[in-house]
Amino acid sequence: MTLLKGGEIVADEWAAVGDDDPVPAGPAIVSLQRWQGEREELLRRNHPVGVRLASDEASGAPGAPGVIEEISADLDRLGVVVLEFASFTDGRAYSQARLLRERYGFEGEVRAVGNVLRDQYQFMLRCGFDAFEVVDPGKLDGWREAASEIGAWYQPAADRRQSIPALRHAARGRA
Amino acid sequence: MSLQVVTANRLRDGIVVYLAADGGWRQRVADAALALDQGEAERLMALASAAVEARLVVDPYLIEVVEDGGLVRPSRYREVIRATGPSVETQADLPSAAE
Amino acid sequence: MYRYDEFDRDFVAERVEQFRGQVGRRLSGELSEEEFRPLRLLNGLYLQLHAYMLRVVIPYGMLSSRQLRMLAQVARRYDRGYGHFTTRQNIQFNWPKLEEVPDLLADLATVEMHAIQGSGNSIRNVTADQFAGVAADEVEDPRVYAEIVRQWSTLHPEFTFLPRKFKIALTGAGHDRAAVRVHDIGLAMVEDAAGEAGFEVIVGGGLGRTPMIGKTIREFLAKRDLLSYLEAILRIYNQFGRRDNKYKARIKILVHELGAEKFTELVEAEWREIKDGTLELPAEEIERIEAYFADPPYETFEADDAGYLAMLAIDGAFRRWATSNLFPHKRPGYAIVNLSLKPLDGVPGDATAAQMEAAADLADRYGFGEIRITHEQNLVLPYVAQRDLHDLWRALDEIGFATPNIGQVTDIISCPGLDFCSLASARSIPVAQRIGRRFRDLDRQFDIGELHINISGCINACGHHHVGHIGLLGVDRKGEEYYQITLGGSADENASLGEIVGPAVSYDAVVDAIEAVIAAYLEHREPDEPFIETYRRLGAEPFKESVYGKESVHDAA
Repeated sequence: MTLLKGGEIVADEWAAVGDDDPVPAGPAIVSLQRWQGEREELLRRNHPVGVRLASDEASGAPGAPGVIEEISADLDRLGVVVLEFASFTDGRAYSQARLLRERYGFEGEVRAVGNVLRDQYQFMLRCGFDAFEVVDPGKLDGWREAASEIGAWYQPAADRRQSIPALRHAARGRA
Repeated sequence: MSLQVVTANRLRDGIVVYLAADGGWRQRVADAALALDQGEAERLMALASAAVEARLVVDPYLIEVVEDGGLVRPSRYREVIRATGPSVETQADLPSAAE
Repeated sequence: MYRYDEFDRDFVAERVEQFRGQVGRRLSGELSEEEFRPLRLLNGLYLQLHAYMLRVVIPYGMLSSRQLRMLAQVARRYDRGYGHFTTRQNIQFNWPKLEEVPDLLADLATVEMHAIQGSGNSIRNVTADQFAGVAADEVEDPRVYAEIVRQWSTLHPEFTFLPRKFKIALTGAGHDRAAVRVHDIGLAMVEDAAGEAGFEVIVGGGLGRTPMIGKTIREFLAKRDLLSYLEAILRIYNQFGRRDNKYKARIKILVHELGAEKFTELVEAEWREIKDGTLELPAEEIERIEAYFADPPYETFEADDAGYLAMLAIDGAFRRWATSNLFPHKRPGYAIVNLSLKPLDGVPGDATAAQMEAAADLADRYGFGEIRITHEQNLVLPYVAQRDLHDLWRALDEIGFATPNIGQVTDIISCPGLDFCSLASARSIPVAQRIGRRFRDLDRQFDIGELHINISGCINACGHHHVGHIGLLGVDRKGEEYYQITLGGSADENASLGEIVGPAVSYDAVVDAIEAVIAAYLEHREPDEPFIETYRRLGAEPFKESVYGKESVHDAA
């Protein structure tokens, strides 16, 4: 597994901790269940904590408060929120990432795991993901290229880039 | 067991093709290698899988064919249409399209 | 019409290059077919029965003559000299080569066209009333908002991998020609008590395996809130739409399972969070887009053209065509002209390159260079002076586009069916052709009057059979083609789903069955009563009896 951040391969400082494993010293990512069960202990460790959310967990049931909403009060204590793409065609995590960033103002790392491919990279970047666990990054050039394949987009999103409507407005202002 | 042949679409242009005895892919079902038994069908499908890996064809599968007066034709109607083209006269068949 | 600015142009050019790269990686083996399939579908490219098929999108069914000429050129250069206009106002090419598709797209980009979101589990091409901007009964021109929705929905980073495809349609008129009640989202322009125009928002309509009429979840939505409200709907759908079963993945199932009330609550709650944010549409932006859809430079006429009225009086064939194929225009002295792509034994919706070029020339000569595509798979010239109608009619007749059958029994909506489509269970086009031959007598068609026959070659219902007055659904019975008959469907403001009237009939029997349905109508109708009204008045019984015989009705009862 390789971690991409900012267009580079970086060392992953975070340990992915299984539900039955002891939590090591240092930054650790735990499941939602473990976070909910051992929240106090995990925070007392004085090491950064991250939470991994499965797609079903993150959105919750329609109408019930989603987990993202539930953990929103704790977001300033979390270093990473991991969202999964069970398949690259399952797009729920795009909404989840935007909610984290735009509604709850999460400023830590939003990490994409699972079926993370370069052809979805730009969508992920736009929705607020900034770290990507990939099985085989292939040529790094490909990912860098993918990040800039489309220069300007029509919609405002979590990356806070100026949308095409905003760019047009600015261009008219200059004219 | 019925007679079977392997069909697929060619990757680069999508055209319907059939696996021939020499391992090549031909556009006429009449040129297809006939599988008379399960073992032969599996052998042909293995060749087809290799052709997928080699990026020659997409989505190969076996179809049933019948021999009819010395000619081989697919037994299912869908495959007859795949083999012979749309059953309707398309606009392309009209003289004006050729201009 | 809308014209690209530098941003749109750059965007489409970049998208073409992105797809060129994806095709290159597929051909080089870097991408497997499983990985490539969703990518090519997002760009309108299918692998069909015989070959690849490219669906080029035509936003809200509107084309310039220049664009139509390019479609003709594409048909010649990359395909087999023709194209097929679809029930979603798009055009499909049946034989492009994968390795040539990037060049094809680059050619299209030169006339501001593309295939983005022609398929895939994305927000598909936005459709709208084909008479937008010229209909006499319009609240407001829906194309302005269709264009705004088009831009917002194009490569939306959050909504490009939805549970399933997503279709949005708009109408601005009282009479719904865009079938907004059978779309994932339908937007019907309405006025509030103060006379301000906005949208009735209808969600969860659709055809396919589980046909449903959409539910109104908001009676009035202000224009400035259009995009934030759509984003709220899509966000709820993206998170909660079912992904475990593709046949239950459309938003209609979510709306149905939650109930419209609960669904509405979720949407409204989400919307409250985002409504006054960055998606709010400023009046200035609406005005900017409106300017693109300004009226063409009409001439001013006080009344109907005298020469036209005279020709109507003396030329019976012209009068027949005018009665069937013209619609009232909002401006005196003008007409909306329908070009029939339903020659009596042709392929519904097909046009050759030569026909497209000829239609483009006629649009330039008589109609300010603009063409519309209808979801009934015909073309429209929206602004023709009555003075020119007789000349135009003769020219259309020469290219085979003047069949006087709009809205009549041979104006059949048909999917490509088993002749082209890898999903189909039975053929559609030959059935349409056989019906065309049976009813080729124009007097008889005219006497039967308004009657919509819709044919789908499988349960996915691309031929909209559920909303045909008479619907035919092709099914496979042990390798034989059979057709289930539904009656009483309608896609307009009184939308209804057709009812199955009895056992499916064979390919050989289907035309006789249609004729029997029509015979029952002719027997029972009241003066000037169209088919659908007779059906609604009498129910299915007399029609069943006519198709299946008296006993079958009693057996069924």
